[in-house]
Amino acid sequence: MVSAQKGQVMVITGNAVAAYGAMLCRPEVVAAYPITPQSELAEQLAQFVANGVLDAEYVEVEGENSSMNVVLAASIAGARTCTATSSYGLVFMYDALQEASSFRAPVVMVNANRETPGIHAVSSGQQDMISARDVGWVQIIVENDQEILDQIIMAYRLAEDFNIQLPVMVNYDGFYLSYLAEAVEIPNIEDVDAFLAPLKKQPERQKLVPGVSIGCGTHGMEMGYVEARYKHCQALERVKDKVDEIDKDFGDYFGRYYGGQIEEYRTDDADIIVVASGSATGTVRTVVDAKREDGVKVGLIKLRMFRPFPAERLTEAIKGKKAIGVIDRSLCFGWKYGPICMELKTLAVNIGSIPILSYIDGLANLDITVPHIERVIDEVSAAAQGKPYQEVTWIPMEE
Amino acid sequence: MVIKHKNIFKTESAWSNADESLLCLDTGSWRTERPVLDKEKCNYCGLCALYCPPQCMKDMGDHYEADLAYCKGCGICATECPRKAIAMVPEGEFADG
Repeated sequence: MVSAQKGQVMVITGNAVAAYGAMLCRPEVVAAYPITPQSELAEQLAQFVANGVLDAEYVEVEGENSSMNVVLAASIAGARTCTATSSYGLVFMYDALQEASSFRAPVVMVNANRETPGIHAVSSGQQDMISARDVGWVQIIVENDQEILDQIIMAYRLAEDFNIQLPVMVNYDGFYLSYLAEAVEIPNIEDVDAFLAPLKKQPERQKLVPGVSIGCGTHGMEMGYVEARYKHCQALERVKDKVDEIDKDFGDYFGRYYGGQIEEYRTDDADIIVVASGSATGTVRTVVDAKREDGVKVGLIKLRMFRPFPAERLTEAIKGKKAIGVIDRSLCFGWKYGPICMELKTLAVNIGSIPILSYIDGLANLDITVPHIERVIDEVSAAAQGKPYQEVTWIPMEE
Repeated sequence: MVIKHKNIFKTESAWSNADESLLCLDTGSWRTERPVLDKEKCNYCGLCALYCPPQCMKDMGDHYEADLAYCKGCGICATECPRKAIAMVPEGEFADG
């Protein structure tokens, strides 16, 4: 283990730091269409290219579908690529998202989480990312500005790993982290080069080469289709351990560890667990500390990855606990539970039949507050003691 | 799980050598019109072969000819030909059509 590499500390917004994170990885082709609450990111990347800080082709596109198609094409031609979007933009990319993952293009995309079409949706929420759960991408959720930067660097190590070769979406709460300025340590670009260097020591992935006619997904008839999908699903399974491994490497090098697929906070001796993701986990951690002072044996699991779903690590962390509460910042249309809760329930076979309480909170820029989390912990505690409980609670609707 | 399947693709993704395996479906049976070349007009520029979607134009040395086993009759070669040397003729006008 080498001593942690230090960088320069800046007070910087989530959007701007995402652009720094991408820039430090030296993408060769960037195509990002500005959209609230991500616009500053697209602007900052364009600025880096204009100023010569980033030696990349910045393709001005007419919309998000084109931005994804540009980076997809550049990626399969061998370039390191970067794009960023949010909400309607992510929806507009839907077909291209599936092409990118099916072509096994190691695109890295930043998504500033925002509510989705139908109702005036210029507000924070994880619905965009959640609704894109089945496009075959890796989806990672971060909590603060430092983690945005660090995770983007880790995302390139993951996406371009020869045994993975999948696109990675790095998600952060739009509005909250987009515009929040925090102190962030920006690593030196040489240190990022060194961290990404193992990618150069692996076999070369397949690339489009001038003069060689390649069919990309064109021969997926019957068993060809099955084989390609099977390999894709197997690669997503391999992502789980790889994320933990890269997190450890990153921590050893830069001194910051995030736990990989999940972060467990005071869970070891906990009776009950709150599961949360994104920026709200900071608040949950504070409330967990306060409740611990009162003698409540509660812990937090921060879900850092939604696809692939970290079933094994979650099972390990939850097994033996008496009850859990899951806070979802999005909806699972057609199920009464929140999406993360709904997926956690599939673990019941392994974790045993314990109360799993679903909480819908923080939609449309409504804060997940300290009193909300106190309420969750109180109700989960009561459920753990065998008292009757409500399976699903839309917290703002009861206030 | 016992995997009996023998891999079709050498790569992780569904990538394949288009020269070898693009021409694998009976796309010739889809055709309602056939490209017919006027060799007098053709100057062997190769645009028809470049634009052909199933890449079935055969290089004959001084002109290109569609491989009728795979030509879908889309007519792109005729449209792209700068010398208008290719005509799309209905299949019914051919004895084997």
